[in-house]
Amino acid sequence: MLSSTGHPFIFLLPVLAFVIFWVMAKFEPKPVGVTKKSFFERNGTPVAIYLIVAVAFWALFMIVLPQLFMVEMSFRPKLPPVEMGGPKDLYTFENYHYFIYGSTTSSDAINWVHIKAFFLTILASLLVALFNFALCYPLAYYMAQAARPARVRFLLLLLIAPYWVNEILRAFAFRIIFSSGGLINKMLLGAGFVDQPIDFIGNDIALYAGLGYAYMLMMIFSLYNAIETLDHAQIEAARDLGAPWWHIHSFIVIPFAKPGIASGCTLVFMLSAGSLAAPLVLGGPRSLWFTPILYDRFFQAFNWPQGAAYAFILLLACVSFVLLVLRLGRLSLGEIAK
Amino acid sequence: MSSKTVMNVMLAFYMAIFFGFLFGPLIVMGISSFNTSTYPQVYPIEGLTLTWFEKLLNDRDMVYGMKNSLWIGMWVVLLSVPLGLAAAMMMSQIYSKARSFYYVIVVSPVLTPGVIIGISTVVFWRDLTTATNSKFLYDGVFLAVLGQSSFISAYCMLMFMSRLNRFDRAQEEAGLDLGASQTQVFFHILLPFLRPAIFSSAVLAFLSSFENYNTTTFAILADKTLTTVLAGRVRQGTTPAISALAVLIIAVTIVGAIIYELVKRREDRERQARLDAAHAAELRELESIEKATLHA
Repeated sequence: MLSSTGHPFIFLLPVLAFVIFWVMAKFEPKPVGVTKKSFFERNGTPVAIYLIVAVAFWALFMIVLPQLFMVEMSFRPKLPPVEMGGPKDLYTFENYHYFIYGSTTSSDAINWVHIKAFFLTILASLLVALFNFALCYPLAYYMAQAARPARVRFLLLLLIAPYWVNEILRAFAFRIIFSSGGLINKMLLGAGFVDQPIDFIGNDIALYAGLGYAYMLMMIFSLYNAIETLDHAQIEAARDLGAPWWHIHSFIVIPFAKPGIASGCTLVFMLSAGSLAAPLVLGGPRSLWFTPILYDRFFQAFNWPQGAAYAFILLLACVSFVLLVLRLGRLSLGEIAK
Repeated sequence: MSSKTVMNVMLAFYMAIFFGFLFGPLIVMGISSFNTSTYPQVYPIEGLTLTWFEKLLNDRDMVYGMKNSLWIGMWVVLLSVPLGLAAAMMMSQIYSKARSFYYVIVVSPVLTPGVIIGISTVVFWRDLTTATNSKFLYDGVFLAVLGQSSFISAYCMLMFMSRLNRFDRAQEEAGLDLGASQTQVFFHILLPFLRPAIFSSAVLAFLSSFENYNTTTFAILADKTLTTVLAGRVRQGTTPAISALAVLIIAVTIVGAIIYELVKRREDRERQARLDAAHAAELRELESIEKATLHA
């Protein structure tokens, strides 16, 4: 199929969705005797126009259409600009084919490097999310249920402060600590534990530590907000009935805070799987991470359609993760995106 | 030793580890920016110096990137806050069967990796500007503002939604009954009610924009922002001038946080004073009514 048909079709999609909902609304049986004000009457004309224009611009031109264009591009071949829209511009799976089988010039049957990087990224992001949960849960619980308000305020301030420093500088700080001439190696050498510096960066230890550090705040806040709404009387009651502390946590606090846990884990997973700064700064020459590969599709291979395909693969992974978390926790999207 | 003391010791130990992990890296970086050694290091301290700060201020790319970042941040605030507000107001009014569909769309940028948002923004506007022959729109700053606002608006929307949940519809009805138009209600009742949310979402929008890298690195095209310049510098090699920048940012932050805290405290005090005054007035009124009835 010629790919010049793609763009008009994409522009038609939102119109179609709008028409479907409009027709549904028109044919919906109205409750008798209740006259509802129209949208314009309820908001006043100027405000109503502002709402429609703003929401339409944001939803269409900043969210939906860009994503659809990117997906559409991932099915196009790489062509010089003159040939775009020409007879060679046919929809193809070659970019996805490349992800799995690699280029025709490579001797390997399967594109192991990219596939391994992809699954390693997913796995490591999962572990980062779990590690963050384990690290942050006690503090979130303490702040939400045990600490005095003045102390909570102070702790919140302490927690937020490091996050005003941007991601690259935070990664840079880890580089200073973990590099071969860095603080930890100096201390280990000085104490005589090792006789030559440990290559933390080459072993990806620095990368994982940096990722764990980078997104702690998201986890803390999701957990804190969820646990804070739990009535302390429930914990008291359980304690009075003789429940040991781990019963209280596993049967009362954690089930109650499920939406917060889900949202914290989703956010941390998504942020680390999509993180670019930490792998660029903390990755060694042989580090495998998916986003730098994606970055190179654009800026070294100059193959945009292929980059778009890789981005779409990453997006699918994140969407599946969100759906999986929702299914496992029996939650709705509204409960975790707060 | 009672179990309570054991608990307290464990808590203190855990807190020490947690905040050590949180602040350790920043402290290390801070110290290295004052050390004369050309490689950022904490130990041994070879001598104290401010050269790295001077180097930083003379770095033309860095200063240019900083200005660009501030400029983009301003536009992101001006765009995201109104978009977020409109989207939040739309949420309760949209056709009920379309609501969950609408919600998925407007919340999706929060759960989409930043690189993907950057890529899709560039792909879309490149094709659109080529097709409509309006090449001047294919500009790094413009695309960075749009790409960042795409998800920052969603943050703002979530903040407005939680504030709007607490809005008392009776206020709006009272305004309408007293003869105000819908537009007047919006400007004189709703917006003042939303003021704290507008302020905090503006701050959040600016900060998220200023420190964003993932989306910006694609959307900025050939132009530069502070974060993209920094990323380039860090990849080339490590110099204490980068630590110096972190120290400056932390210093500005601390001052900003203190100001924010002071403003908030003063507002709290003023609100309390207003409440007290209203309460006192009410009491006086009750007293006078009581007196009047006693006299009668």
